[in-house]
Amino acid sequence: MSDIIRLTAAGLAEKLQTREISAVEATQAHLDRIDAVDHDVHAFLHVSNHALDAARRIDDRRTAGEELGPLAGVPLAVKDVLVTTDMPSTSGSRILEGYMSPFDATVVKRAREAGLIPIGKTNMDEFAMGSSTEHSAYGPTRNPWDLGRIPGGSGGGSAAAVAAFEAPLALGSDTGGSIRQPAHVTGTVGVKPTYGAVSRYGAIALASSLDQVGPVTRTVLDAGLLQDVIGGHDPFDSTSLTDAWPSMAEAARDGARGDVLKGLRVGVVKELSGEGFQAGVQSRFDETVALLTKQGAEVVEVRAPHFEYAVSAYYLILPAEASSNLAKFDSVRFGMRVQPDGGGTVEQVMAATRELGFGPEVKRRIILGTYALSAGYYDAYYGSAQKVRTLIQRDFDAAFAQVDVLISPSAPTTAFKFGEKLKDPMAMYLNDVATIPANLAGVPGISVPIGLAPEDGLPVGIQIMAPVREDARLYRVGAAIEALLEQQWGHTLISQAPALGGK
Amino acid sequence: MAKDALMDYDKALELFEPVLGFEVHVELNTKTKMFSHAPNDFGSDANTNVTPVCLGLPGALPVVNEQAVRYSISLGLALGCSIAPSSRFARKNYFYPDLAKNYQISQYDEPIAFGGSVDVELPNGRLVTVSIERAHMEEDAGKLTHVGGSTGRIQGAEYSLVDYNRAGVPLVEIVTDIIYGAEADAPELAKAYVSTIRDIVVSLGISDAKMERGNLRCDANISLRPRTPEGQPPAPLGTRTETKNVNSLRSVERAIRYEIQRQAAILADGGTIIQETRHWHEDTGRTSAGRPKSDADDYRYFPEPDLLPVQPSAELIEELRAALPEPPAERRRRLKAEWGFTDLEFQDVVNGGLLVEITETVAAGASPAAARKWWTGEISRIANLNGVEASALVSAQDVAAVAALVEAGTLNDKLARQVLEGVIAGEGSPQEVVDSRGLAVVSDDGALIAAIDDALASQPDVLAKIRDGKVQAAGAVIGAVMKAMRGQADAARVRELVLERAAG
Amino acid sequence: MSEISEEQVAHLANLARIALTPQEISSLTTELDQIVDSIAKVQQVATPDVPATSHPVPLSNVFRPDVVGETLTIEQALQNAPEHDDNRFRVSAILGEEQ
Repeated sequence: MSDIIRLTAAGLAEKLQTREISAVEATQAHLDRIDAVDHDVHAFLHVSNHALDAARRIDDRRTAGEELGPLAGVPLAVKDVLVTTDMPSTSGSRILEGYMSPFDATVVKRAREAGLIPIGKTNMDEFAMGSSTEHSAYGPTRNPWDLGRIPGGSGGGSAAAVAAFEAPLALGSDTGGSIRQPAHVTGTVGVKPTYGAVSRYGAIALASSLDQVGPVTRTVLDAGLLQDVIGGHDPFDSTSLTDAWPSMAEAARDGARGDVLKGLRVGVVKELSGEGFQAGVQSRFDETVALLTKQGAEVVEVRAPHFEYAVSAYYLILPAEASSNLAKFDSVRFGMRVQPDGGGTVEQVMAATRELGFGPEVKRRIILGTYALSAGYYDAYYGSAQKVRTLIQRDFDAAFAQVDVLISPSAPTTAFKFGEKLKDPMAMYLNDVATIPANLAGVPGISVPIGLAPEDGLPVGIQIMAPVREDARLYRVGAAIEALLEQQWGHTLISQAPALGGK
Repeated sequence: MAKDALMDYDKALELFEPVLGFEVHVELNTKTKMFSHAPNDFGSDANTNVTPVCLGLPGALPVVNEQAVRYSISLGLALGCSIAPSSRFARKNYFYPDLAKNYQISQYDEPIAFGGSVDVELPNGRLVTVSIERAHMEEDAGKLTHVGGSTGRIQGAEYSLVDYNRAGVPLVEIVTDIIYGAEADAPELAKAYVSTIRDIVVSLGISDAKMERGNLRCDANISLRPRTPEGQPPAPLGTRTETKNVNSLRSVERAIRYEIQRQAAILADGGTIIQETRHWHEDTGRTSAGRPKSDADDYRYFPEPDLLPVQPSAELIEELRAALPEPPAERRRRLKAEWGFTDLEFQDVVNGGLLVEITETVAAGASPAAARKWWTGEISRIANLNGVEASALVSAQDVAAVAALVEAGTLNDKLARQVLEGVIAGEGSPQEVVDSRGLAVVSDDGALIAAIDDALASQPDVLAKIRDGKVQAAGAVIGAVMKAMRGQADAARVRELVLERAAG
Repeated sequence: MSEISEEQVAHLANLARIALTPQEISSLTTELDQIVDSIAKVQQVATPDVPATSHPVPLSNVFRPDVVGETLTIEQALQNAPEHDDNRFRVSAILGEEQ
């Protein structure tokens, strides 16, 4: 395995800047790696034909003495939920097979402008509905730690791509945990920024009031570097915040260096532990809590009484918004068109297209969302769920009045086996129990690897949550925990992942 | 289309009370669309004024046009509405090929303006206050063209074509409260109401308000309730129909009259009214059944998550209030005085829905009297003949140009009528029509005198009568001269010259 | 309280324009019933005094100036169209009336 792909994005960027490695070499190394292992992992739905050209242009500009951004020349994997002009964008669905967007998502545009090299589009549950990528219309992605297990979802492709060293950086989207839960099960880092911190323009909408685009990486610093590139106000997204943001990379460096844990007030969310949480997940989490205490953090237990209603509220709000967002897939302007036998009216063509173009989970959620919004049920379901959202925000407000950050395991279990939860939608939904509250309240969350569960040897992550707009705090604390653990282990967690077959 | 049975209008009014309600959609004339920076232009090539937002492409997001919000607030204020301190957008979900996202961004339970009223003056002088329930912002849909089949209508078409240029054009929908007590004036009230709304939006400068282009569209709700003997409680409201596709002031009036007569005939016959949309057909003067209302009309409204609440500051509202033009009733009083029209003349203008046209024509340089004469006269005559709106035929600028040509003596009335005909037929500007048709009056006295002398010479008896002081006999000579000049002479000047020559 | 019927699911499928098969209607009816049973618990705490939240981070008055920007070329507009006639998107005959 080439050393290039083992580098962190920050490390690679440094060698690119000193011209020890060229962007073409960096890109080629990752394309070779994809070639070697993606047959097994299936993280990618599409590999770019333009990556080497883009890399060459970066090298030329650097040779010409142009001042480039810190990540210029670093390859980037892009979740297929983000539209791109040079690669198809399917959101993991048959209905969008071959769809070519006439515009780039704002985050992709910013990444290109910063000199990053988009190398491919990563697999995902169809329209980001799922926690395992088993709902991708193009087949599941496999977890690099154990090819018989799920890589998490919906952004399993992005997480697996960075875990399998197919890309140093990836973009994800997180509606109820789709960045953080895959990070948890693949031993990688994933950040869901504050709602509005990163533009949603060009992210194929699942649930507009919950979706947030964010970084998927192997280190906290790399995530910070990427958020610095993609974040900030975008006039094309009305919900985009106009705040001036501090550098997340600086925050991460600060955290890794300093003593940010000393005196840090940390709240352990009582409701996100115990029943339903796998023993090995809980024990690694508890050890991390002990480590924090040892480092001088003031750890207290915090109650969030309405978190138990979060999954229910989420599975009303998400399907409701999704049922409306996905109505545009009607075979008129783009996408698949299915002609029913013997022709048919446009109504029949639309219905036949959506029947064949959508997978079972998408149909399930559209019907559920249609139900939640329909006359006579709105107040009982959608209306009530929006009230629960207020209650959960109040829980967060009360908690953050006492503590600086909240922590929990990022998900209740380690990576489960394929098919294990497919038959039971509610069991699948409950896998997002720890991550969903942050989406409902808009607060930022990060998942950082904290070890392997003793019983199955699979990765476990800690979730850190901060108040709205305090993304930098996540990077500071996340980097501090990462540095401490790596110091303790003497290696990174990802270095323990099994070598994958191939060249 | 089967012919509906109609009851005599007066008879219908004896038996039933018409109950009305209107939804008027106003297209705003902003430079860009409601939620996208695409140009808000009429008449461009299909699908050229579109962005990813207009086409509902994956990943596109709406952003509210600030000018559209300001216009909506101004309109709300002009309608006497309260402006909501916080209003928001909602999605109205239904599938239709002209609706790119298969939901329309509209406002539902929190409209920007609510609780206003408009004073409407009827042709008979009656003043009716129509109360406005709400005015809300929304986006227009694209345009469908139905191809194949015989009618060009949706029924029987083989396929349809979609143009999204209009998709996302800003609309304000003005919804009235239920209107009772219109009685026999219901059709006139309907027309006067829409005409008043049109005057308001034009004076605000927020819409082109051309009904024939769909800038202003009226959906009319009508139901009838049986009259009960005095002293008894009123009967419950009847089932209503919603008449759409009413694209001129004239058809608003006709459609209401038709629906009253149609519903009355059904009810008197013991039938029931179906709650449905009715389509107005200008050509036949009838309505036809459209979509019945059913539980399929479950629009699943919910707050638009891609957009934030609109919370205009008190300062903004006051700024816009201060900039409002005078209210329509006041404006009418002022214009009548300024123009020096008699009650009858002014009523004629108002009833013809021609206030806007005359204002514009006067602004373009014509005298009020000339502007009134042409709009209420020849142009209205041609419009009625063709069942179209007068304003759709010719521009105020052209009418003013014709008036100027008459004023300058280049045209007489007869020629001016021909010039107008030419302009309406699309032959160009008034001057171009004058040139191409060779219509200018003969102002060369020499040519006129020669013709007069010829006519007098060939009618010596007439000449003798004129010389005897029987001046009215000159008519025969004038007629002959005008004929010889093929009408292209100023009759007054001819008369002068005839008398002069006869006096010899 | 849910007790969703197959007729109801068929009606929802019609609203959502999905031509579900009878088997799908049947299995979805069972699944939805279970899901709705479990998520209906939101009603336990959604009391009238609690306001609804539709945006996680409150903002207001986010506007765009009324200035024309870049539009799609006709090629871009039509590049993904399943069918078009010249500049227009083409669809089969429409059954229903305009809304």
